[in-house]
Amino acid sequence: MRNTILLVLGTIIAFAVPFMFPAYQNQFAMLWLMILFALTWDLMGGQMGYNSFGNVVFFGVGMYITAVIQRDLYFDIEEYAHVAGRIDALTPDQYLTGIFLGMGVSGIVTVLVAIILGAGILGLRGHYFAICTLGLTIAAGEIASGIDYIGAGSGIVTPVFPTELMAKGMFFYFVFMVLAVGTFLTNKWMLAGRFGLAVNAIRDDEDKAEAMGIRTKRYKTMAWATSAFFLSMAGGAAGNLFGFIDPINVAFAGATFGVWMVLMAILGGKGTIWGPVIGAAIFHITQELFWTYLFGWQRVALGAMIVGIVVFFPQGIMGFLRQHWPHLFGHKVDEQTTVEQGATKESEA
Amino acid sequence: MSMLQVSGASKRFGGVIANEKISLEVPEGKIIGLIGPNGSGKTTLFNSIVGYHPLDDGSIRFEGQEISHLRVPEIARLGMLRTFQQTRIYGKMTCVQNMQISKPNRNEGLMSMFDRFPKEDLARIDHLLEFVGLYSKRNLLAGDLSFGQQKLPEFAMALMNEPKLLLLDEPTAGINPTLINGLIDRLKRANEEMGITLLVIEHNMRVIMNLAEHIYCLAHGEMLAEGKPEEIQNDQRVIDAYLGAH
Amino acid sequence: MIANLSILFDAPIFVVQLLIDGLLIGALFALVAYGMALVWGVMNIINIAQGEFVILGGYVALTVANWGVPIVLGLPISFIVLFLVGWAVYRAVICRVVDEDLFISILATFGISILFQQLMNQMFTADVRTLQSGLDTWFLFDDMVTVSQIKVVSFVSAIVFGVAVMIFMRRSRLGQAIRATAQNARAARIMGIDTDRVYAMTYSINAAICGAAGALVVMTWFVQPFAGLAFTVRSFMIVVIAGLGNLGAVAVSGLTLGTLENFAGFILGAEFQMAFIFSLLVVILVWRNYRLGRERKVLR
Repeated sequence: MRNTILLVLGTIIAFAVPFMFPAYQNQFAMLWLMILFALTWDLMGGQMGYNSFGNVVFFGVGMYITAVIQRDLYFDIEEYAHVAGRIDALTPDQYLTGIFLGMGVSGIVTVLVAIILGAGILGLRGHYFAICTLGLTIAAGEIASGIDYIGAGSGIVTPVFPTELMAKGMFFYFVFMVLAVGTFLTNKWMLAGRFGLAVNAIRDDEDKAEAMGIRTKRYKTMAWATSAFFLSMAGGAAGNLFGFIDPINVAFAGATFGVWMVLMAILGGKGTIWGPVIGAAIFHITQELFWTYLFGWQRVALGAMIVGIVVFFPQGIMGFLRQHWPHLFGHKVDEQTTVEQGATKESEA
Repeated sequence: MSMLQVSGASKRFGGVIANEKISLEVPEGKIIGLIGPNGSGKTTLFNSIVGYHPLDDGSIRFEGQEISHLRVPEIARLGMLRTFQQTRIYGKMTCVQNMQISKPNRNEGLMSMFDRFPKEDLARIDHLLEFVGLYSKRNLLAGDLSFGQQKLPEFAMALMNEPKLLLLDEPTAGINPTLINGLIDRLKRANEEMGITLLVIEHNMRVIMNLAEHIYCLAHGEMLAEGKPEEIQNDQRVIDAYLGAH
Repeated sequence: MIANLSILFDAPIFVVQLLIDGLLIGALFALVAYGMALVWGVMNIINIAQGEFVILGGYVALTVANWGVPIVLGLPISFIVLFLVGWAVYRAVICRVVDEDLFISILATFGISILFQQLMNQMFTADVRTLQSGLDTWFLFDDMVTVSQIKVVSFVSAIVFGVAVMIFMRRSRLGQAIRATAQNARAARIMGIDTDRVYAMTYSINAAICGAAGALVVMTWFVQPFAGLAFTVRSFMIVVIAGLGNLGAVAVSGLTLGTLENFAGFILGAEFQMAFIFSLLVVILVWRNYRLGRERKVLR
């Protein structure tokens, strides 16, 4: 009952926010994106113990695929490069077709990419996996900056949003809201069953999981492909929200988005359902405050914050709660020592 | 026909011969012991059997099927499971969760990744945890159990997996003497009531003599002797090997 | 790409040029990798901030040179300054993550790396900077091959310096303590070695090695606030290939990587040189793991 009330309340707030704070629509859209980042990372890093710095690759790939589809659907490349995206010729219908088709294709393509990359990379363990994925992110950025078809180092300008449709911030607020909520529900659904325990088992002791006959490769690939799917669709939308794709600083931004998603999940408490959401919210607000009050030094402050969180608060908020009040999470000793006694107690209650 | 048949298994690590032409048989439904001084190659043999490293030479058959080319998870899914000398459990999961994920993985399709856990599972888990004496601690994180106690969920997890053959690597190491008696009793019950064949590495002579019906003794990577517990106990070569006169 | 490749076949002298340049720069890679292997082996920490120490060392040498200090002193000054920086970083951050799980220390050093990048960006701007050594260039093979003397000087200094550190590790009391801690930290602690001090010294020595390398990098190549990660990745690759204990292998891998990178830069075009390094990392890791996988092992 209480949950239903909270759910209804939450939904109302989520829908009301862009109307109540029209000036901050973009920031709130970004908040949903950050939540999606943290959730997709947590599925890999928190739940499965595969700490990836490479998830942002899927974000970037989705961004590029969507932008290229939007561009090539209605324009000649030469013409487009010439006017640098400043074409107002896109009708709302064309824009919507382009962006959603792009996102859909990105989702499918990156799932395939995740499966192919995963065949090699997911075999790596621990820190080798972390550093390999870091290399993957930066390699992707460098490769993208060398390919002329996608604008090389100067990137792509995404089509101008047709404002006769609705306010740009409003549109993207709802796009990211749907994506983030979709990610959350998918995570929750997947983790509630066998998948959840299997990836937790891989996190705790992969050798043991293999010795027990769990098909670890299948679970690992599934987790990575799921992350990739949502990240790439978010990437497609994000490219349009930013209006501009830079290969190294926007699409394959290992040192910003790539690290932030790790950090948000850790801050909230990795390996929990709600931790990443809480972490993302706190992180995003802090970051916006840095941007407002420490302009010029905000990136330095962010770096310091990363070190601070990792060193002093690695267990995160949910981890902290679990550590200090384990019984809240159901970790307590029963007085009953046999099934019979346990059953009697339950029937009494 | 034997359930497990190892013939001529050899394994070298660099220049060190860990196993040299080892042959042994485990008949269905029996409890077989494997003993030998430290460094005699018992754990290496175990690792070869369950697929941790490729064999240099020889063959391993499980229920008539050659398995020396298979990997650990595949062998586990055939129904041959091992426990570790250094206990391994999923530390950040509760005992019940440890048990839930230990369900047999034999015939799963792609979608069974998302299976939920039916009520019957929970009943079975409760009974198995009661069987090993952990019922009251079933909701604790397995990693919070004491080191000796962690042997119990590991054993229960192995039973949950419904193996045909269970390989136990020093099940009593690091357990206090009172618990040992209980464990022997449970191993015997698992064998009798659940029909699980056991192959046990053990250092504790009293335990293995009590438990096993047939014992193999390794020394310096070679099969030294085999026979009934009484025979092994009185075998001069075995005594020499243990006293270091070899 | 094909065109560049055919140049190499038509004019083999280019091969000599690329080889020489590659080997000369490779010595610096090996030096930085040696430092990484030291920290990794002793403290079980993969120091992602490795490259930033190199770049910072370069900036230190650059700054003191601008103050009018003779260029020759740049290397020792960078060495000392970075030693102190390393010590401060250890006391502030690293000492708190030494015993944590590896990912925490990777993330912490990654954070330090980002922090340093941003600080250097604020202090020195994002421009590419070099330090003119004032040395000449040799022209060989009818002027077909150029070898700038500073690169040779840097090559020789890197080797001399590397050997000096090695001797220090073998002979000195501290070096012995460090090696003992690397083998078994707990036993070392029981035997009365102050492992905290050993860790602090190890991390600082590593930073100092990077600083010295940085002073050479700024003279032979360039520094830029965000160019550090490439050095980290190069060192990591070298260590993964060479292993932690094997210094000869570190040197050989370093020189090989330098050469390989130079050829790749020439053949693929300079814009893909970085892409090559980072892709190579992925390929090497996956390949090594695949080879181990056939033995039913994984890279650990």
